[in-house]
Amino acid sequence: MSVESLFPRLEPLLPKVQKPIQYVGGELNSTVKDWDEATVRWALMYPDAYEVGLPNQGVQILYEILNELPETLAERTYAVWPDLEALMRSEGVPQFTVDGHRPVRAFDVLGVSFATELGYTNLLTALDLAGIPLDAVDRTDEDPIVLAGGHAAFNPEPIADFLDAAVLGDGEQIVIAISEVLREWKGEGSPGGRDELLLRLASTGGVYVPKFYDVEYHPDGRIKRVVPNRDGVPTRVFKHTVMDLDEWPYPKKPLVPLAETVHERFSVEIFRGCTRGCRFCQAGMITRPVRERSITTVGDMVEAGIRESGFNEVGLLSLSSADHSEIADITRGLADRYEGTQTGLSLPSTRVDAFNIDLANELSRNGRRSGLTFAPEGGSERMRKVINKMVTEEDLIRTVTTAYSNGWRQVKLYFMCGLPTEEDEDVLGIADLAKKVIKAGRDATGSRDIRCTVSIGGFVPKPHTPFQWAAQSDHETVDRRLRALRDALRSDKEYGRAIGYRYHDGKPSIVEGMLSRGDRRVGRVIRAVWEDGGRFDGWSEHFSFERWMAAAERALADVPVDVDWYTTRERDEHEVLPWDHLDAGLDREWLWQDWQDAVNSVEVEDCRWTPCYDCGVCPTMGTEIQIGPTGRKLLPLTVI
Amino acid sequence: MTIDRHRKDDGPLKPVPDGPAPEPTVQRLRVRYAKRGRLRFTSHRDISRAVERAVRRAGIPVAYSAGFNPHPKISYAGAAPTGVASEAEYLEIGVNRPCDPRRVRDDLDASLPPGLDVLDVVEARDGNLADRLEGSMWELRLPGADPGEAERAVKEFLAAGLVEVERLTKKGMRRFDARQAVRWLAVVEEPGIPAGQETVQPCVILRMVVRHETPAVRPDDVLMGLRLVAGFAPPSPPAVTRLAQGPLDATGEPADPFAFDRAGGDR
Repeated sequence: MSVESLFPRLEPLLPKVQKPIQYVGGELNSTVKDWDEATVRWALMYPDAYEVGLPNQGVQILYEILNELPETLAERTYAVWPDLEALMRSEGVPQFTVDGHRPVRAFDVLGVSFATELGYTNLLTALDLAGIPLDAVDRTDEDPIVLAGGHAAFNPEPIADFLDAAVLGDGEQIVIAISEVLREWKGEGSPGGRDELLLRLASTGGVYVPKFYDVEYHPDGRIKRVVPNRDGVPTRVFKHTVMDLDEWPYPKKPLVPLAETVHERFSVEIFRGCTRGCRFCQAGMITRPVRERSITTVGDMVEAGIRESGFNEVGLLSLSSADHSEIADITRGLADRYEGTQTGLSLPSTRVDAFNIDLANELSRNGRRSGLTFAPEGGSERMRKVINKMVTEEDLIRTVTTAYSNGWRQVKLYFMCGLPTEEDEDVLGIADLAKKVIKAGRDATGSRDIRCTVSIGGFVPKPHTPFQWAAQSDHETVDRRLRALRDALRSDKEYGRAIGYRYHDGKPSIVEGMLSRGDRRVGRVIRAVWEDGGRFDGWSEHFSFERWMAAAERALADVPVDVDWYTTRERDEHEVLPWDHLDAGLDREWLWQDWQDAVNSVEVEDCRWTPCYDCGVCPTMGTEIQIGPTGRKLLPLTVI
Repeated sequence: MTIDRHRKDDGPLKPVPDGPAPEPTVQRLRVRYAKRGRLRFTSHRDISRAVERAVRRAGIPVAYSAGFNPHPKISYAGAAPTGVASEAEYLEIGVNRPCDPRRVRDDLDASLPPGLDVLDVVEARDGNLADRLEGSMWELRLPGADPGEAERAVKEFLAAGLVEVERLTKKGMRRFDARQAVRWLAVVEEPGIPAGQETVQPCVILRMVVRHETPAVRPDDVLMGLRLVAGFAPPSPPAVTRLAQGPLDATGEPADPFAFDRAGGDR
């Protein structure tokens, strides 16, 4: 049965909303496949506004891979702003995809990519607008399988009630496998309805189906155990790891929107994974091991991406881009290739290292050297040892001195507040550091025209990291330290004016903390917040701490846990954590040891250059480190 | 930091980027394009991004401004508002190698998304294109409106010497006359409906020629004027299309703003 486009019903609403172009679709390189010729139909959602969701690499990669499959189609949907939501409700227009403007409920799978937990309320809005029951147990064979992925899906328990399934890790291969299971099941006439389908997915061991697991609690509120409640369901679900990124050179044809978005550039992931071992960093823990894309594939992808998109900026993405084994050849090769073509190159996520200045100089040939960003993360030497961010004050001063001497005028420094074992003096140390940075810059250049910006946010302990057991700092402490730091920076007449200060207050971190390390009981809080009007929690103008706290009070009234229990409480070694049955490959005992090492300020090296320290990922997942050098170079492009 | 190309007469030396200066503009191309269908929801900024990318994809040798943040030399004249379709939008591209206007028309059209359609490209002669766009012809489709009421309202509006309307602008609520800028206004028949095909809903079509002024008088300002003078209030918002832009002469309709460029004459 064919599905009609909703666009004729949507169109009259568009003149009444802000930025209507975001709902129109028609992006360059987007695809609208024939509905009836496909057997398996995916709606892919990024649960935030179009301007944030469109550039998301994960969604673009899966969209392209799925649409390349025969008998499979994929369309995209994003969170609609409250102005359109109100009109859609009054006019009865359901949640739609921006490609074919088809109703989301008509698809087989609604795949939602959660980069952050703050998209959870937007998931509920989309389900509700789509006419899909919020609770997975209320869904029928007419509803799509609601499937979560992305980093937040490594603990999907807080949204377990709203999900049919979740996948952990790299999506490229598992979406193909899921499509195949769906195609077979539909080909057999959909035997046994959605439960049979979910069982087939769960039995692969690569798809987590929350309702096939029962959670039992101790009287004090801690989890007793999580066990499968039917045969054929594995006790643990494992993450997916794509080996050989050269085999998966996506996106090949980046989506080019008409509407303005947060990243107006073509991005190429130059490697995946990071083993620097920063203990706060969930991404670094759950994406191991390091797998590099080769210099030549990176060069080919940049060339094709620019040609297909017309973008004038290229970002070389990864968790620590300067760590690619051939990064110097990549940056020099690309800078040579695109010299004089008005194509900008950027290298986000770099470490505090003078080598980075060489790279940055290369990328800014002929351009203005305005600002460089470094992330020492911790304000004191001790703090940086706790978090395993191996940067000494000497490293930092040497790096910024090189930067200022090379004509860079502004240095931005990123820090976190509320880290485990942190004392006031660790945060106040940031003020001393910033002053030394300015002094180094003035000494190096003989000029007073240099600046340093300190940017600081609250730390949130994350699952699958050594800090998963840690007590999160309460927001009063975080806010007090942030104020003290501001005063310390401003009080100094000699340096104060040269130092900028940006900070995020501590309250949103508490909500993020509850959602990050929450269990299934937190789902009630999310639902209560959403019913009270909570939307777009990642946007400060929409986020309401008071709404979250009031909802938590109500929703958790009959259980022995509360917001503090989820956030500021330290866990002991043997407490069952809500995500313990979800396996990122990290050995739990290694994580615990790393947590103990953190408290004792013991550092751990990067396993790319030192012997394996048995984090557990490679043997558990059957993976290995894939790094160069390949010894190849980027040749000049022949002019067509 | 090299030569003092950017030296101001009285100021200090301004830093300029290292490396060669951008290649100079050798030719200017004037482009007429349409904004159709769903793409009427693009804003002016959306269009300028789309055009810049399309120019790069099409390999058109656009010239860049000098300085640390070089900009492609593309200028826009009087863009239609977001939500308004147009058959007559104009822009000008400076190129650093001579181009065949017909080839640019084809390449740029192929490179732009469907709905942003290149209609005409000419090589610019002297003069400023924006100055030639003295007025616009607009069409407003009003589904469900009463044709008789529309006729009456138009008559009363044209008979009035002054019709003050209000619009919320960035500077707050402004009052201004919507009558004097209107050169011509009429209810027209639905053009081109094949015989025997019934329109689902009766639709009143207004056409008007409005002189470009400051503050700009927009079609919806005229529509508000019709309501104020004769209580004409269509049941749903209008679908607005700009049909033409150009020099205004005695005949009423805007003339072709490219006529001068095409003639190859100088002023």
